Amino acid sequence: MLRQTGKRLITAIPSLIGVIVVTFLLTRVLPGDTAAYFAGPAATPQAIAEVRAKLGLDQPLPKQFVRYVRDLAHGDFGTSLTTGQPVISDIASRLPASAELTLLGLVIAMAIAVPLGILAAVRQGSLIDHACRIVATAGVSLPVFFTGLLLVYAFYFLLGWAPAPLGRLDVFYTPPPQVTGFYLIDSLLARDLALFRACLAPLILPAATLAIFSLAPIARMTRAAMLSVLASDFVRTARANGLAPHRVIVTYAFRNAMLPVVTTLGMVFSFLLGANVLVEKVFAWPGIGSYAVEALIASDYAPVQGFVLTMAVLYVLLNLAIDLLYGVIDPRVRIEA
Amino acid sequence: MSKTAESMTAEAIPLLAVRDLTVAFATRRGTVRAVERVSISVGKGETLAIVGESGSGKSVTSYAVMRILDRAGRVAEGSVTFSGVDVRNAPERAVRDLRGREMSMIFQNPRAALNPIRKVGRQIEDVLLQHVQAVPSDAKAKAIEALRQVRIARPEERYHAYPFELSGGMCQRVVIALALACQPQLLIADEPTTGLDVTTQKAVMDLVVELTRARGMSTILITHDLGLAAAYCDRVVVMEKGKVVETAPAKQIFKAPEHPYTKKLMRATPRLGVTLRDLLPTDVAATGAAPAPPAPDAAREPLLEVVNLIKEYPRQAASGGMSKLFGRRAGNPDDATFRAVGGISFAIARGESVGLVGESGCGKSTTSTMVMRLIDKTDGLIRFDGIDIGDIPANKFATLPLRKRIQMVFQDPTDSLNPRFTAARAIADPLMRLGGLAGRDAVRARCEELARKVGLPTELLDRFPHQLSGGQKARVGIARAIALSPELVILDEPTAALDVSVQAVVLNLLQDLKASLGMSYLFVSHDLNVVRLLCDRVIVMQSGKIVEQGPTERVLGAPQTGYTRALIAAIPHPPI
Amino acid sequence: MSGAMRMEPGAVAAPAPPAKQTSLLSHARHVIGENPVTGLAFGLFVLLALCALLGPAIAPYDPLASDVAAKLQAPSLHHWFGTDEYGRDILSRVMVAARLDLGIAIFSVALVFALGGVSGVAAGFFGGWTDLIVGRIADTIMAFPLFVLAMGIVAALGNTVTNIVIATAIINFPLYARVARAEANVRRDAGFVQAARLSGNGELRIVLTQVLPNVMPIMVVQMSLTMGYAILNAAGLSFIGLGVRPPTPEWGIMVAEGAGNIISGEWWIALFPGAALMLAVFCFNLLGDGLRDIVDPQRRT
Repeated sequence: MLRQTGKRLITAIPSLIGVIVVTFLLTRVLPGDTAAYFAGPAATPQAIAEVRAKLGLDQPLPKQFVRYVRDLAHGDFGTSLTTGQPVISDIASRLPASAELTLLGLVIAMAIAVPLGILAAVRQGSLIDHACRIVATAGVSLPVFFTGLLLVYAFYFLLGWAPAPLGRLDVFYTPPPQVTGFYLIDSLLARDLALFRACLAPLILPAATLAIFSLAPIARMTRAAMLSVLASDFVRTARANGLAPHRVIVTYAFRNAMLPVVTTLGMVFSFLLGANVLVEKVFAWPGIGSYAVEALIASDYAPVQGFVLTMAVLYVLLNLAIDLLYGVIDPRVRIEA
Repeated sequence: MSKTAESMTAEAIPLLAVRDLTVAFATRRGTVRAVERVSISVGKGETLAIVGESGSGKSVTSYAVMRILDRAGRVAEGSVTFSGVDVRNAPERAVRDLRGREMSMIFQNPRAALNPIRKVGRQIEDVLLQHVQAVPSDAKAKAIEALRQVRIARPEERYHAYPFELSGGMCQRVVIALALACQPQLLIADEPTTGLDVTTQKAVMDLVVELTRARGMSTILITHDLGLAAAYCDRVVVMEKGKVVETAPAKQIFKAPEHPYTKKLMRATPRLGVTLRDLLPTDVAATGAAPAPPAPDAAREPLLEVVNLIKEYPRQAASGGMSKLFGRRAGNPDDATFRAVGGISFAIARGESVGLVGESGCGKSTTSTMVMRLIDKTDGLIRFDGIDIGDIPANKFATLPLRKRIQMVFQDPTDSLNPRFTAARAIADPLMRLGGLAGRDAVRARCEELARKVGLPTELLDRFPHQLSGGQKARVGIARAIALSPELVILDEPTAALDVSVQAVVLNLLQDLKASLGMSYLFVSHDLNVVRLLCDRVIVMQSGKIVEQGPTERVLGAPQTGYTRALIAAIPHPPI
Repeated sequence: MSGAMRMEPGAVAAPAPPAKQTSLLSHARHVIGENPVTGLAFGLFVLLALCALLGPAIAPYDPLASDVAAKLQAPSLHHWFGTDEYGRDILSRVMVAARLDLGIAIFSVALVFALGGVSGVAAGFFGGWTDLIVGRIADTIMAFPLFVLAMGIVAALGNTVTNIVIATAIINFPLYARVARAEANVRRDAGFVQAARLSGNGELRIVLTQVLPNVMPIMVVQMSLTMGYAILNAAGLSFIGLGVRPPTPEWGIMVAEGAGNIISGEWWIALFPGAALMLAVFCFNLLGDGLRDIVDPQRRT
């Protein structure tokens, strides 16, 4: 098992190298003078020259790359012009907000989509089946930012149930003492239920938006995988041997159907991390997505670079985790013949 | 002790009684009756065969008996009574109790029939626990015992195995163990040996018969092979297009078949003591006498000479992909390469028909593909008409004039035709590329001529493959192969995917074409009966080496090696 | 040979394939008849295409003309979709925006189809170095969350529509390459390809005449599905301020402009462009499903 994990870790390395190379190239592809971009729109020619020297932009490209990698290894992602802070500390402080939002959205989505897909497959042609297919097709067609706005209009403006989309926590409350950075967990750890509710309220709409967005591909894939497995030869054998329906569905069908669903999770994460940016803009959520968007508007490039790199590294690690999970479920991958 | 049909009196209540069963399927084109007014009965301890070609409804009947029909199918009329229980109208719960405990079924393609991510031992336990034949504390022991009864060696270890770690034959044994775990009264076996090697087939059938007879079980064997049915069963039911055409004891079905369809089927089954023409229906066979094939010309130098041919594949480091492909466990994990063909030599004379036989993984397909120059050899000599063709790389060979002289008929007629090409376009392809014919009319004329030669009506030339039957597609493949008037034609199991009556026709066609066009054949097959009918000489391969070769009558009549003897002994012999 | 001829009637009277081969058009009609939702999607597509082609000509108002006096009006008879902060007619802007959004989608899909399709087929059929290189490129792109990569590319190359097209094409490349590669790989060792080699076809000719026509249907379905995704992508980028700049009418940027007004209750500014987005994507997704039925030769007649 440990050997397998080691092997998987090694396969992640080329991806990481690719990510670093591409992010490096992206910053060097900027039209015009790269130094001017990093110096900012208000910089004097002298300041630009300083930046050029400081970032080593006058060196040949390979040397620049080495320097870039060395900086990354030291945690130097550059400095943000708008906040004046090192990009890495900005990202570190804002990451938990994004993570909490995305994870909650994913958990809600899976809790709804997987059972929905299973039921739709088991009761083919029924109302649930049609509902599942409508959800899947509509969910894929809805722009995530539009869904967010619709939810805000319905639940904040019309019904008044949800708080204003103005951030992570109402100004009257102070965040719980930092343990994980996740407000929900930290407030529970601090045994402060009122605070927990206050943290949950602004989280519901954006999480629901993300959930609705990722519901569709998961439900669709679960349904398709279950249908395919239910029609397979070994399920036919299980039925012919008289096994009880719940055993057939759970032990024989579902576990096998989970394999393609887990594989799909990789793609779902890709969409989710992208949708995160849009949802953070709609709800003014103080995560790394809105950090990058604000930096873009201000033509502040270091944070954008840091953001792309961070998201990519996170994504590589997530895919690694999915690979490992797949190996746990499927013995064919685990056992070397 | 088995009871034969004669000893069953009219008063004896059969274990399974199917009366006037009609099964209908809802399709896009309306309701289709797959099975119509079928009546079958199986007595206690009796072995019954249901024989029919594709589309006969034999499998659908058994699915209806077990009530595991597809969603689109339903029993429209008739009754199914098992051990006194009205299966058709019983509640689902009751039928589920019957399934696996009183009547069980085994299917084709054993590996696919097992849950790929669950240990085989656990799968047997599931069945035992479901039907309360074991409690959690002794389930494992009983599962191991079930594995032992189907002759799986080291059952305690195999309990923990996953299906992908077992061979095809072993998987089929596990499936049998699953079916027999709860000691049912009836076992239905739906084409259980299709796709298995002939020796494995014999082992599996012997096991099934032995286990069922020992327990006094009744068995229904569903198959397309009349010879197999007659060899292993007491009674035979013959079905055609959803109806039962004849029911008779096994001994009688071969000696004195009554229904014309049964006669046709019996005649078409390749067996000892007949010629190719005898396979055809009597009315056709009588009219066309076989043109006398020219004697193979042994005086001139051989058309094809193969000397010490070797093909090695690099072994993949991770899962032994190649070893799974060739149906056996990786031999020596330390070997860097896998020898598919390990140094074989043979020759084919002009006008001769040579059979290349062996079980799966023996290297016969690799050999024929190398001779075809579709893949490159690792070492050795391939000489065609005195020219060394082995050294020409495969990807260069396609455009050489030599290409015209060696052609191939493929095994799977569906796979070998481009789904987007009409039959005419498929046949025209070699004509346009290498045939030197110019102009659409000339090409079309030659296509029609070829269609006539292979017995394909010319109006079918403009159809797509999915609009043609299996036999028609086979003819298109043959027409394409002979389009350039080749001298050597390699036939890779050309009739394996065809119904036996269609096979009879195609084999005769191949024989006639060979005679009239003066071609030589290399006929690759696993079916010794077919080879006996069509080939002058036979080469037997095993594990990449030639075990025996010589004139057909000598090799198949008086084999000199143990392997060949085992192969011949494994062929089911109908009681004649 | 007379013997072979005489076998004819019995042997060939086989399961009933139809006598006449129905045409593409009648099959299309049959599929649409069977599945009215596909027909609906097709109708929607025609509507969108009309807006895209004739937009500026049939829009009731000039999409760029601001009329501060008429600002923030709810939908009415004068302005079916209402007006925005600058008094511009939203209906006209939505109609004209169709051209831009569909144009971006079509160009990027065409681009990635050419690049990804060709590389994928070459990688799948020829294997070896081609496969390795195409695989590496695809894997590197796939290592990023796709929208984030698009953001990075547009930020790096510059805030123009062309760059949105390029970014969308790049992020879709792995999907196309993968699909094309899988299809070509399956065909590589298929019987009819072997037969083509026997008939004297060189490898390149086989790719062009035998493999590509069989791969095309799947690629066309893929294209239709990706159109929807390309539209969403472009709109998303515009929503966060990349790509299209005001006052250009584009559905994503219009939703962004209307986002602030949602809280104060002026729902129409964001709703109509958002609904247009949704309908367009929905339409292409359904079309993709319907196309698959029409184009697959196995389903003909």
